[in-house]
Amino acid sequence: MPFIPHTEDDIQHMLAAIGATGIEDLFDEIPEALRATAALKSIPPGMSEMDITRLMMQRAEEDGRPLCFAGAGAYDHHIPAAVWEIATRGEFYSSYTPYQAEASQGTLQLLYEYQTMMASLTGMDVSNASLYDGASALAEAVLMAVRANRKSQSRRVLMPGTVHPAYRKVVRAIVTMQNIELIELPYCTECGHTVPESLERYSGGDIAALVIPQPNFFGVLEEVDTLTDWAHRHGALVIGVVNPVSLAVLTPPGEWGENGADIVCGEGQPLGAPLSSGGPYFGFMCCKMEHVRQMPGRIVGRTVDLDGKPGFTLTLQAREQHIRRSKATSNICTNQGLVVTAATIHMALLGPDGLERVAAACHANTLALVEVLTAIDGVTKLFDRPLFHEAVLQLPRPVDEVLDELAERGLLGGYKLGGDYPELSNALLVCATETKNAADIELFAKHLRDILKPQ
Amino acid sequence: MLIFEHSHPARRNPSQAPQDKAEIKAIPEKFRRKKRPLLPEVSELQAVRHYTRLSQKNFSIDTHFYPLGSCTMKYNPRACNKLAMLPGFLARHPHAPESLSQGFLACMYELQEMLKEVTGMKGVSLTPMAGAQGEFAGVAMIRAYHDARNDVQRTEILVPSAAHGTNPATAVMCGYTVREIPTDAQGDVDIEALKSAVGPHTAGIMLTNPSTLGVFERRIMEIAQIVHEAGGLLYYDGANLNAILGKVKPGDMGFDVIHMNLHKTFSTPHGGGGPGAGPVGVSERLLPFMPVPIVDYDGKAYRLLTESARPQTIGRLSAFAGNAGVLLRAYIYARLLGSEGMHRVAEFATLNANYLMARLAHSGYDLAFPERRATHEFIVTLKRQAKELGITAMDVAKRLLDLGYHAPTTYFPLLVPECLLIEPSETEAKEELDRFITAMQQILTEAQTTPEIVKAAPHTLPVRRLDDVKAARELDLAWKSSR
Repeated sequence: MPFIPHTEDDIQHMLAAIGATGIEDLFDEIPEALRATAALKSIPPGMSEMDITRLMMQRAEEDGRPLCFAGAGAYDHHIPAAVWEIATRGEFYSSYTPYQAEASQGTLQLLYEYQTMMASLTGMDVSNASLYDGASALAEAVLMAVRANRKSQSRRVLMPGTVHPAYRKVVRAIVTMQNIELIELPYCTECGHTVPESLERYSGGDIAALVIPQPNFFGVLEEVDTLTDWAHRHGALVIGVVNPVSLAVLTPPGEWGENGADIVCGEGQPLGAPLSSGGPYFGFMCCKMEHVRQMPGRIVGRTVDLDGKPGFTLTLQAREQHIRRSKATSNICTNQGLVVTAATIHMALLGPDGLERVAAACHANTLALVEVLTAIDGVTKLFDRPLFHEAVLQLPRPVDEVLDELAERGLLGGYKLGGDYPELSNALLVCATETKNAADIELFAKHLRDILKPQ
Repeated sequence: MLIFEHSHPARRNPSQAPQDKAEIKAIPEKFRRKKRPLLPEVSELQAVRHYTRLSQKNFSIDTHFYPLGSCTMKYNPRACNKLAMLPGFLARHPHAPESLSQGFLACMYELQEMLKEVTGMKGVSLTPMAGAQGEFAGVAMIRAYHDARNDVQRTEILVPSAAHGTNPATAVMCGYTVREIPTDAQGDVDIEALKSAVGPHTAGIMLTNPSTLGVFERRIMEIAQIVHEAGGLLYYDGANLNAILGKVKPGDMGFDVIHMNLHKTFSTPHGGGGPGAGPVGVSERLLPFMPVPIVDYDGKAYRLLTESARPQTIGRLSAFAGNAGVLLRAYIYARLLGSEGMHRVAEFATLNANYLMARLAHSGYDLAFPERRATHEFIVTLKRQAKELGITAMDVAKRLLDLGYHAPTTYFPLLVPECLLIEPSETEAKEELDRFITAMQQILTEAQTTPEIVKAAPHTLPVRRLDDVKAARELDLAWKSSR
């Protein structure tokens, strides 16, 4: 019996102690009719570890490992070997949420260190201990901003069209049942950013919050200072959605404009989580101290024990569902703790210099990629503005066809934008992280040149 | 010591970052960061040693018996982790084309089908990233169903008083008001109260069965009938699915929607707080509303169905397709167990719980529901000891830590005073249960003879009881280097 240690002898002793004659007796409070239909007909018999190993190795190999130039919210970075070696130690891997603080000081201290790192990276006062992913973190940030903005009577939030399209869908799915109105802001089709002047039409109206992505979905840098100041001038809170690796070189949201962003969130995946088909990743969320009581999710604080010795514990739990129930800031309970464990070790191993080198290499490689690809006839770069590590290219042929042909050659060429942005048909979003070298970039160029060559 | 206190300016790990420092050519000064973030500057060994030592300050299933009620802390097979972390799975980009995803999607499709079978539901979506997100998906589907019928006066979700806090919190996130239904003296939903609560405003009821009181809701068919007749739908909180896996199917009990906590029943790790996975299963009438993407198989190839194929979907809950790596672990676990193994899960989880319950009752502990069978868990109440000896559930919990056992869940459910909710899971051997009983007996003796030892516990952990009031009043949530 897999993972069940009982011998026949054990079973008899245990039943005798209970005063039952068989295991089936223990289910006698369940109506007979319900028990009759419990058979699991379509589930195959159990496999040995040897057999499942063979099956999984085949399946993992089956998908190939294309050279990845796709980003669009999930980025191919080097992860130091020590990161997951330590994160998957049984003491981290198989422990529960640290409600019993004395028996969880390892996880709790690690989370406090994580909160410190994230607060500093974003330039904010505090961080929570994670949410599910970047998209759901943005949804929570929108809900939080509407609660936190006491000056605003409205439930209207400005959402630029340059925010990741899947994030916008997730936000819509999560917040609209609470009567929050999302107003989509158009972007500049020449430059690929949100034009600050386009906000003027909302000047008179009551707006609870403005979302600012940096870099935005196209890889383009937004005018974060002007946008932040506009929002604050009009009584709106600012929610920054940022890539944490970019923050090694870009202005932290806490320093945007005169007063900085109020809430910052984003996808933590670039900090040590493998691509892994989209998850598990983690959403991070930081904010100014004045909003901490509106923050969703767990928060760790440092305190002292009975002897005055420093220790760590979950704090401000009165925000959470297990205490406050229907009045909680969110329904979140389980978060993405283990991935946060990996991210904390990842940041400790890279340090400020390492993270800066990674960010700079991503930026430089993407520029190099754009240069060689736009040298190909018919390939042009869209959006003439500074970018971080992604760029939009216009192709002379439908993107689907080109991506399929690249895939046949073992290359993941990027993300097709036309699905979410009909006006950008034939546009491809590409990314070259620090994991790509000059030969990889040249290989991409060679294949694309071949594919686009007039037949 | 914090990692920052090991830090020394300019120390770095040259092998872990690009060797050449690239120039940032195309980012104007106004967008550039001026001051470096506060990240540790430590060697690889310093980091490895620091985090290894931190790990050793944790209790975990791999190191300790962890009878945490309602959390199903069973063994997390190592094969599940190792195989989910095969390079091919880790390297797959979420936007990889279907032609390069058949191996991964086959696992997801088969998991989806197996979950359908064990729950007796008509469709499953794997995307919710945890139980609470599964709950959200479920209640959002209930709302979408009523809205699609233009039945818009249904504004209320019923929740039994013993429910997890996530239930009422979720109902509110979906725009509903919450109405609590009381529980009777035997731990069942108060049917008369339910009858008087349902009506044209009832959107649905959220139930956990077995309930959080550790007992099976015996009149479940009647409850289903009452709610359905009033036009409401039934939501099954799968937190306690381990108790009935292979024994009863929620679909057969009349539920319209269910979420499963794969990090409980399907043994994916709790990871110190997550990640989990909270797939949802639905009955026929909720099929069109399931969250996307959903894995489809036409007999030749697997593909992901999105909004265009599912126009009535409640939408997306994650940027990609949920916690794929967690789903892979659950798939591997399900294949290791197979059908027979799944039937045995509930049997032995229930055997272990009833054995512990009988032995603890015999040892002098009071049961909250002595007349009832335990399911996969049960409740001990220390109301008597609190009154007579001044020993609380918290004291017993902390003393257990000293004796090498993780504490059971304390003070939940809220209805039972001074309670310990105990769930041993099926993967513990009888010897371990016996040692736990001995420890519980020792604590009861200490409570009578040397109560100060129990009241001041723990004594042997890295810290003693922590000052939670100070933690909340004098917030220290991030380290400051100037200190």
